[in-house]
Amino acid sequence: MSEKLEKFILNGVEYKTRLTEKWKNRKKWEEPNPMELVSHIPGTIMKVDVKEGQEVKEGDTLLILQAMKMNNKMTAPFSGKIKRVNVKPGDKLPKGAVMIEMEDNETV
Amino acid sequence: MSLKRNILDLRKRKEIVLQGGGEDAIKKQAAMGKLTARERIESILDKGSFHEYDMFVEHQSKDFDMDKKVLHGDGVVIGTGTVYGEPVAIYAQDFTVAGGSLGLMHARKITKIMDHAIKMRMPIIGINDSGGARIQEGVDALAGYGDIFFRNTQASGVIPQLSVILGPCAGGAVYSPALTDFIFVVDNISKMFITGPEVVKTVLGEEVSTEELGGARVHACISGNAHFFATTEQECFEQIKKLLTFIPWNNQRKAKAFPAKSPKAEYNIDKILPADPTQPYDVRDIIKAVADDSDFFEVQENFAQNIVVGFGRIDGETVGFVANQPLVLAGVLDCDSADKAGRFIRFCDAFNIPLVTFEDMPGYLPGVEQEHMGVIRHGAKVLYAYSEATVPKVTVILRKAYGGGYIAMNSRHLKADFMFAWPTAEIAVMGPEGAANIIFRKEIKEAENPEEMRKQKVAEYREKFANPYVAASKGYIDSVIEPSETRMLLKHSIEVSGNKTVMTPAKKHGIPPF
Repeated sequence: MSEKLEKFILNGVEYKTRLTEKWKNRKKWEEPNPMELVSHIPGTIMKVDVKEGQEVKEGDTLLILQAMKMNNKMTAPFSGKIKRVNVKPGDKLPKGAVMIEMEDNETV
Repeated sequence: MSLKRNILDLRKRKEIVLQGGGEDAIKKQAAMGKLTARERIESILDKGSFHEYDMFVEHQSKDFDMDKKVLHGDGVVIGTGTVYGEPVAIYAQDFTVAGGSLGLMHARKITKIMDHAIKMRMPIIGINDSGGARIQEGVDALAGYGDIFFRNTQASGVIPQLSVILGPCAGGAVYSPALTDFIFVVDNISKMFITGPEVVKTVLGEEVSTEELGGARVHACISGNAHFFATTEQECFEQIKKLLTFIPWNNQRKAKAFPAKSPKAEYNIDKILPADPTQPYDVRDIIKAVADDSDFFEVQENFAQNIVVGFGRIDGETVGFVANQPLVLAGVLDCDSADKAGRFIRFCDAFNIPLVTFEDMPGYLPGVEQEHMGVIRHGAKVLYAYSEATVPKVTVILRKAYGGGYIAMNSRHLKADFMFAWPTAEIAVMGPEGAANIIFRKEIKEAENPEEMRKQKVAEYREKFANPYVAASKGYIDSVIEPSETRMLLKHSIEVSGNKTVMTPAKKHGIPPF
């Protein structure tokens, strides 16, 4: 075959083959960071209830993310401190955006 | 009125309806590179064979001044005709009439011709070119879609259903094509999506063009929704007609047989396979080396190219080919390729088309992405489809048949009727490299020269297991054959399977891993 083929390693064997765009563009997995509050759905920030440095309790509402005509209350997953707020009302977010970074009391 | 005047009156009425949305709308349609609904139908059917029904159907909605609007034929043309002399039912949405929008009567026309096709056991071809639901009709438009979807499902596996997307097909409307057997798209003309670019922009703030979101190429290459891609409407119509030569008219019949033809001399089956199992080749050359006239009609040519599926003929009889493609991603099975193969196998089984499988695959694609996308349930579709299929099933193992892939690709264990292997076949639980690393881990680790020892053990394993004879000694392979015998044996397998009868336990239906 005259075309330039690419290396593809599978179970320890190196194959010569074509790679697809889909394969090349696949999302690499990253370990989720439990300190980050990430948008689970694309949407718009309606309201932000907390400030940087603020102490929050588990279950406190941090912000409202409107998506598909629903106002989703995003709550604190654990008690801790707000380290950073990356969003403001009106922001349109894709899925997977880091909205708030927290730190737990033990790391403070 | 005299009879003559009655006839003249009828002609005049027909003439008005045949104008569709009028001259301006037809000009606009042409400016988009699109034919009109009736031109499209006439391009697909045998010349002069089309008979239109329900020309005088009108909508009955009154809200929003709709009672003052006349929509000829309510924006859709339905009827029957023939393709190569065989009857088909057809409908085409008329974009020139209110953007081909779907109201209750429009839907009733479509369901009428669908019911007719189901009753008469003939294929139905649906040409989609519609702006979507006619909003003025409210829930009636939704009811219309639902009635169509229900019939698509009822007809599934009874008559072939072909969907041709020749314009927009958005929102709920996409689900009728999605429920049918084959979707045809044309570059720059077909647009399919659930939510359009405007909604995407409002909700996500993402700017995307209609073409990038749901154009023909997207569905042919990325989403896998489309089965056939053409650059012009005319090419698309030729594809439709060609497909119809390969498939039967309903699930009670077999595809029409053609006079047998030898494969073309340029496809020399002895010269395609490289000796080194890590080197690729185009498995379609193998298919062309066994198919009549080397004519292989590929389905989903541009999607999940690591597996190849499509129709061809052996000695005049249609068969469905399923083949791993070492040229792309080494021929692994992954979510997309499993989905593609599973669906094709089920179509062939439903419509009495024997299956020929060519196997050369190193296994399933590893990785977090694949596992999280559900390669387990997608991969299971292949196992399910092969196990469930009762049509004659032949497998030819060309080279690698490792692990789960060996089982999945129509193995003896899933009740393949004929298992052939070329002498180059390597049938093993995994490739020699992986296997040697596990079995001889200790020896390799403790050796003076581990790399040398590893190589030696790999060679040992290859010698012992990476061949077809272990599987043949257990009867898992019926015959080890020379490549040049392949066509003759495929022909033989199909010939002697003419009366294949399989008893399956009574059930309402299985629950495949959708």
